[in-house]
Amino acid sequence: MLFTRRQHYFPPVIYRLLNGLSTTIQYLLLVALSGFVLMPIGWMLTVALKPTGVPVFTIPPEWFPTRYWEWKNFTDALLTPTRPFLTYTLNTLVIFLGNSVGTLFSCSLVAFAFARLRFRGSDFLFNFLIITMLIPWQVLMIPQFLMFHRLGWYGTYLPLIVPSFFGNAFNIFLIRQYMRTFPKELDDAARIDGCNYFQIYWHIILPLCIPVLTVVVVFLFLGSWGDLLGPLIYLDNNRKFTVAIGLANFATRANPNNNQLMAANLIMMLPPMVIYFFAQDKLIGGIASVGLKG
Amino acid sequence: MEERAAYLFLLPWLIGVVFLLAGPIIASVFISFTKWNLSAPPTWIGLENYRRMLFDDPDFYRSMGVTLRYTIMSVPLYMVVGLALALLLNQKLKGMNFFRTILFMPSVIAGTAVAVLWSMLLNPDVGVVNQILRFIGIANPPRWLSSNEWALPAYVLMGLWSIGGGVIIYLAGLQNIPPHLYEAAEIDGANSAQKFLHITLPMLTPTIFFTLITSLVGAFQVFDGAYVLNGRGARRGALLFYLLHLYNEGFRGARFGYASALAWVLVILAAAAIIITFRTSERWVYYEADTER
Repeated sequence: MLFTRRQHYFPPVIYRLLNGLSTTIQYLLLVALSGFVLMPIGWMLTVALKPTGVPVFTIPPEWFPTRYWEWKNFTDALLTPTRPFLTYTLNTLVIFLGNSVGTLFSCSLVAFAFARLRFRGSDFLFNFLIITMLIPWQVLMIPQFLMFHRLGWYGTYLPLIVPSFFGNAFNIFLIRQYMRTFPKELDDAARIDGCNYFQIYWHIILPLCIPVLTVVVVFLFLGSWGDLLGPLIYLDNNRKFTVAIGLANFATRANPNNNQLMAANLIMMLPPMVIYFFAQDKLIGGIASVGLKG
Repeated sequence: MEERAAYLFLLPWLIGVVFLLAGPIIASVFISFTKWNLSAPPTWIGLENYRRMLFDDPDFYRSMGVTLRYTIMSVPLYMVVGLALALLLNQKLKGMNFFRTILFMPSVIAGTAVAVLWSMLLNPDVGVVNQILRFIGIANPPRWLSSNEWALPAYVLMGLWSIGGGVIIYLAGLQNIPPHLYEAAEIDGANSAQKFLHITLPMLTPTIFFTLITSLVGAFQVFDGAYVLNGRGARRGALLFYLLHLYNEGFRGARFGYASALAWVLVILAAAAIIITFRTSERWVYYEADTER
């Protein structure tokens, strides 16, 4: 409500009118902005469903597929041997799964120590952890590349997966904040029952952390799926490429087939959008909590 | 006992700190003083890389210029638009969840895909954007990515499409403001403009500060979209962002020493910008805890 009834400069009817007006304006804005978001996607879908040879750009533009339903563009994009987006998708999922295992394992262990155990230097190490979040990865990119290259890992997924087994400051922080919210008595009771620290972590704390671990996995998916620079640096073989590189290569070729390019682009956009619709609350909650705690 | 257990739990991270963080950072300083191209062993060349950057590399200045102009154009714009959008989405209207779902959606879409899509929409001759501009009476709309002056503004405007991620953070900040403050102000007869200026804005300064820092950091790291658009015939050099130049030198040209030097200059400039922002923050960021506790 932009105009409250507390201001009595004018007769109340004016305010009622203004309030109605402002609600209308707000709805108009929301509809216009939604159009701004949705129409490019609709246009893209229309182009992706046109057979090759039908003009991509029409006057006026077409926002919704009506005449053409050439699903073959999608199967072509997925299966063409020179740029098999199905293979790219599976490759990206391999990297994502590797990262998930590594991150969940390492970050939950480290977070457990910071959240539930008392040890000398814990404050210092935790502050250090926070500071490492500020270290820009640009300076790490080249020495890490040279190191992985020397190890013979160039052209494999190892440089894109193995680092996740050594923790990530941001995810450790996120999980630690969540683990801190459980009462200390939980650990004490388990100790009396004869659990060691690893058993407390594995049987008591970790099962309670599934909500925050889900948030971490959702973020990891968006990260691995969208990552262009990492795969670009480390992968050199078309059969090992990820969706992001496949799309970038396709898009930067001279005169790509625009129908198939838009189909490929939709293949790149769709999985994050599906995840978003199903995990919307978790994702928004995750982003919001980062903003508030940060 | 507890202590030994704790360090065992920390072990993966501690190993990572040594081998993936501290080691590489120290190595990076040395690498920046060498000529290193993988085919021959590295040779020490002192400050040559830094000299070359300053005197013999026009692309260093070009990419620095692109990145700085992008920062100046995009950071204030995204912050103001993001806040305005958050205020709109914070209204209590029927169907608001529906609109939020739509407006946040592009923020999960990868930069590569966004760039591919908008390079089509911004086609200067037949693209949708210029068709609309011509329709509303602009006879000679900008040539966007194909033009020297408009390529960067086009890139900035393209970013507005996926602004939702920042809006979520503002929205969380808005919803964190205790309602009793507004109630008290209403009792005192404050109008909506006064409420915004004296409650919303001050209470939101920590969120604005957080967004400012992350936007600054993000602006120095633009890569994905620029990589795609440069390959799609954007005006040569107009979108040569700093990180793209670094990538070209290091990974295309196999000049790892020089690329390391470029990385350090970027990091030092970014750190300076962030430290200055932090310094000024004491003057304008309001933390409720300061007065209440």
